Amino acid sequence: MSDQNIRFELNGEPQSVTVTPMARLLDVLREDLRATGSKEGCGEGECGACTVLVDGLSVNSCLVPVAQVEGAQITTVEGLERDDRLHPVQDAFLEHGGAQCGICTPGFLVAAAELLAADDQPTPETVRDALAGNLCRCTGYQKIVDSVVKTVMEGWPC
Amino acid sequence: MLTSHANVLSPRTIADALDMRATNPQAMPIAGGTDVMVALELGAVNPKTFLNLWGLRELAEVNQRDDGGVSIGALATYRTICASEHVHHVAPILVEASRTVGAKQIQNRGTLAGNIANASPAGDTLPVLLALDADVEVASSARGARRIPLSRLYSGYRQLNMDTDELITWVHLPPRHPNDRTHFRKVGTRLAQAISKVVMGIRVRVEDGVVNEARVALGSVAPVPVRCHHVENALMGGAVDPAVSSLLSQDIAPIDDIRSTKAYRNGTAHRILRSALTHLSKEV
Repeated sequence: MSDQNIRFELNGEPQSVTVTPMARLLDVLREDLRATGSKEGCGEGECGACTVLVDGLSVNSCLVPVAQVEGAQITTVEGLERDDRLHPVQDAFLEHGGAQCGICTPGFLVAAAELLAADDQPTPETVRDALAGNLCRCTGYQKIVDSVVKTVMEGWPC
Repeated sequence: MLTSHANVLSPRTIADALDMRATNPQAMPIAGGTDVMVALELGAVNPKTFLNLWGLRELAEVNQRDDGGVSIGALATYRTICASEHVHHVAPILVEASRTVGAKQIQNRGTLAGNIANASPAGDTLPVLLALDADVEVASSARGARRIPLSRLYSGYRQLNMDTDELITWVHLPPRHPNDRTHFRKVGTRLAQAISKVVMGIRVRVEDGVVNEARVALGSVAPVPVRCHHVENALMGGAVDPAVSSLLSQDIAPIDDIRSTKAYRNGTAHRILRSALTHLSKEV
């Protein structure tokens, strides 16, 4: 099919891309918009490394055709910070050792940001349930869970 | 993955969607994409055209009906279902089942109608919908709307009793009866991101200690999700009796496949049924 013009907001900035409409959102973000924070771990919606927020909801961007995000607000890991301040969950990962190789980390941060926007003091059980769609091969998850539980959301603008 | 350069038709209204469906029967419908995009990635499908239903926002709702039942639109996601107090009240086992589908990222996009249309015998919501006597409403531009009980929707493995110009529009759940007791259980490799090895939905109506309505439905134990009629008939007319689970072999036909074995599925189905009936026998 001939390319279509798709417009959406990425991390607060309006974007206009001319792409084939079944291109995966993951590929449009990484290749067309050079937002390479989101990773491809499986391409099948199993690992969560490609997690982004679409209108505030976490999705596997490897499973979203770009045609379906016309008019949407998209947030990637690059968009979690505000005014040169890291998102509190990013600070927590740094303080509590939530990352080793880092390949899963963008997906975990975005998924955690969705959780923390709704529940700013989650229990470990809630965190494990919310992050069940994100896989990590390095850490054994404990420090990821600890980082999210210990995130201090107070003072962070909604 | 090689990017698909397929055409995409993106209707904004139901009427447009049905017109496009009629004139492009070979166009593959795609809603949340959590099944279709995986099939595309794996090379299992490669259509030239997709019918993109995501824009049909009027079907993304969950509505309480005047009769007390719930109607779930074809574009309603598992997340929308779990957030609906109507569904919590009328069909708590559907909320339970929805929470076991994939993970949050999948639940935010995947639709109930997609679970039905994908027609996998392992679909997590399908035994629940069978237990609840769900009706599926479909529509075509030529003939309008019709309703099919889910129990009559599947004619065989991944085959639906729908015409090529039809699309699923609603899933209707009856009102909950005060004497209904329900149960859901899924067995998978882990609690999230797992296709079921066995999945079960049960509803029994117990009045004055006696079962007068019984629905026992299982997935992943036959080519389609099945109602277990021998078990159901044995439950009728008495107290909820876990011993009727011994009749289950007459209703299921599990196989060896990549996820599990015939022997495991047989044994596990019997055990989870027995356990569920024990649990339900104690409910008041």
